[in-house]
Amino acid sequence: MAIVIEKSQRWRVFAAHAFLIVLCALVIFPLLMIISISLRPGNFATGSLIPETISLEHWRFALGIPSMGPDGQMIKPDLPVLLWLWNSVKVATLSAAVALLLSTSAAYAFARMKFAGKKAALVGLMLMQMFPTILALIAIHSIFSRLGHTFPLVGIDSPWALVLAYSGGISLHIWTIKGYYETIPAEIEEAATVDGATPWQAFWRVLLPMALPILMVIFLLAFIGAVNEYPVASVLLRSQDKLTLAAGMKQFLYAQKYLWGDFAAASILSGLPITFVFILAQRWMISGLTSGANKG
Amino acid sequence: MRMPQAFKRLLHPVVMILLGLVGLYLVTLVYATGETLLAGVMLLTLACFIWIYTSPKTYAYRYLFPGIGAALIFVVFPMLYTVRIGFTNYSSKNLLTFPRATQYLLEETYRAEGPTYNSTLHAEGNHWRLRLEDAEGGAAFATEPLILGPDKPMTLRAEPLTTPLPGDPMPLQEVISHQAFLKGLTVAMPDGGQVRMTGLREFAPSRVQYTHNKDGSLTNNQDQGLLRPNFKTGFYEAAGGETVDPGFQVDIGWKHYLDVFTDKGLREPFWRIFIWTLVFSTLTVVFCTALGMVLAVLVNWDSLRFRSVYRLLLFLPYAIPGFISILVFKGLFNNNMGEINLILGALFGVKPTWFSDPFLAKAMILIVNTWLGFPYMMVICMGLIKAIPQDLYEASAVAGAGPITNFFQITLPLIIKPLTPLLISSFAFNFNNFVLISLLTGGLPDFLNTATPAGTTDILVSYTYRMAFQDSGQQFGLGAAISTLVFLMVALISIIQIRATRIAQDDKR
Repeated sequence: MAIVIEKSQRWRVFAAHAFLIVLCALVIFPLLMIISISLRPGNFATGSLIPETISLEHWRFALGIPSMGPDGQMIKPDLPVLLWLWNSVKVATLSAAVALLLSTSAAYAFARMKFAGKKAALVGLMLMQMFPTILALIAIHSIFSRLGHTFPLVGIDSPWALVLAYSGGISLHIWTIKGYYETIPAEIEEAATVDGATPWQAFWRVLLPMALPILMVIFLLAFIGAVNEYPVASVLLRSQDKLTLAAGMKQFLYAQKYLWGDFAAASILSGLPITFVFILAQRWMISGLTSGANKG
Repeated sequence: MRMPQAFKRLLHPVVMILLGLVGLYLVTLVYATGETLLAGVMLLTLACFIWIYTSPKTYAYRYLFPGIGAALIFVVFPMLYTVRIGFTNYSSKNLLTFPRATQYLLEETYRAEGPTYNSTLHAEGNHWRLRLEDAEGGAAFATEPLILGPDKPMTLRAEPLTTPLPGDPMPLQEVISHQAFLKGLTVAMPDGGQVRMTGLREFAPSRVQYTHNKDGSLTNNQDQGLLRPNFKTGFYEAAGGETVDPGFQVDIGWKHYLDVFTDKGLREPFWRIFIWTLVFSTLTVVFCTALGMVLAVLVNWDSLRFRSVYRLLLFLPYAIPGFISILVFKGLFNNNMGEINLILGALFGVKPTWFSDPFLAKAMILIVNTWLGFPYMMVICMGLIKAIPQDLYEASAVAGAGPITNFFQITLPLIIKPLTPLLISSFAFNFNNFVLISLLTGGLPDFLNTATPAGTTDILVSYTYRMAFQDSGQQFGLGAAISTLVFLMVALISIIQIRATRIAQDDKR
């Protein structure tokens, strides 16, 4: 197409660049600042963006390495960041696996089978995810604390309680996987059925291997969702060594005990891998979904 | 698969029967603690499970049951249960169920009339003897030899002591470690009285405080007074109306709802918080959408270089875990030590009190939430703008229109309709954006003179959270009632959203 390039065009490009650069700076500023703060000595230090003296004390704290206190004694960091990270990974891996297990099979029935109440169930799932968990927090707390009287394994402070509480939030996953299954032609499974496969074998041996890309995406999304979940974790987990990162990180910034530098190091340490996994999932989401569409 | 045919045929029913029995056992355990509702839900789940995995008619449901079951039990049931709790007085004062509260009271003891004894433990070979000395009279007694062992309640007989016991008394530290066992001891004195441990070095007559009567009332053994359970207030009450802790959970009907709309200490903060919730979610959506849309237009502009770099950088806030970036801002905005105030102080000589001034706190929340939320809107708008046919812009270029005219006459009108459902869902999300408020300000600064702590930056969900889980005595019932009101609001928003989606889809066809 022929566009007449006016003189004002150059100014517009320049203005656009300036605007975008300012915004990018605003986006990156907090991130750079945090890196800088994590390297400054002390928790109340101020200074320029590039620290004059580099100190690794906050990184030692975040990694749980004991350091020499002012009175010459070895002090072990009292906020176990690595333990929280491990708790988060544990809970998130378990709940992502559970979410995958529950949603793949339910989506199979929705995509391939006929049964009474199918449409109502699908709409119900859609409606369900409009109501956030936070509204049911009091009931969730009450249910698990009361169950815990009888079964401590699923009571307050148990990672299994969290996995169970998260296992219900799969309605969106069911919809996504169902959509993906529908892009895979049913003839392949039908051929397997003709060869004598049961519906379960057709699902487990034929359909699931073909749906692998979407399963990976759902696993990662469920994983990140569980790592980032704060309300339920903060209510169900009480003791220090059971907390997940999301529930524990705020302890760095209490007014009485303000560990700004230590927080900076801990948040880079834990935030970087999660951010990386998220961007990875986003990439796969796009490529996974389009490759599925091509097959259909 | 070389299993014998008969074994194969039997395997399924046997496994189902075993699972059913295990399930029934677990249900009984829960029922025994007085949690009728939980036991009922478990029983229903178990029944569905057995039916679906044994009946050949329900084959499709076998794939659905785990997923749908989890969604029903852990999403739908808690929501219904929240509504239910909203009609009860469930709180830290009325925490227990009625059977558990009764049991608690029946385990209470009191100090009865009679002499107090100073107690010491003396070794005698492998055994120990408990020496009791009348604190006033000086008469000494000793029990038969005993083994300090399992925490099992037992009764011992004491005899008057004629010769002093050999050996030093057990040090206090060791006594403490055996406290649980010693508490279970009852010592029968020669005069017919019974004494129990009342202090680390003291035994005294103590009796069970209450006796359970057949009509459900409790008789106080100390003053012969009668306690009756009052199922209106959820307490055991004496004849004069004095209540006895702990209370238990009872239905109180619509009381919480009436309070929210009539009680001054609740009504005022509730409405102010409700209005701020609306303002907060509306402004967030407006800011995020405006910024996101402008950026989407810019990064879609062909004449601009480095567009993919901008896109990646501007996407970052969406990828970073929310609980980390919110806390990062909490630190950066800190009144005294925060980097933002340092910069503002150096440049303009001002030091805004972001966390103690209500208006500034609200401004800060909106700034942070815009930072967090605009990338999502940008990505959505980028997709929508790509779908606009290019010839529209060519035609407008021929007509001599500038970029501003293009934006308001072509881009905005074309993307606003498909965008509307997403704007509403973003509104609904921020209406309940508990994580942001809770981690950034915690609702502070607080209003003065309210029934339960309520903050100027609190939104409805963070208000109920503080009511139930923070500093105001775990008012679960009231919190659940307000949550129920929020349910209704979310339902209303959802209905509007479904309408808007339908309109947007009809438009496409």
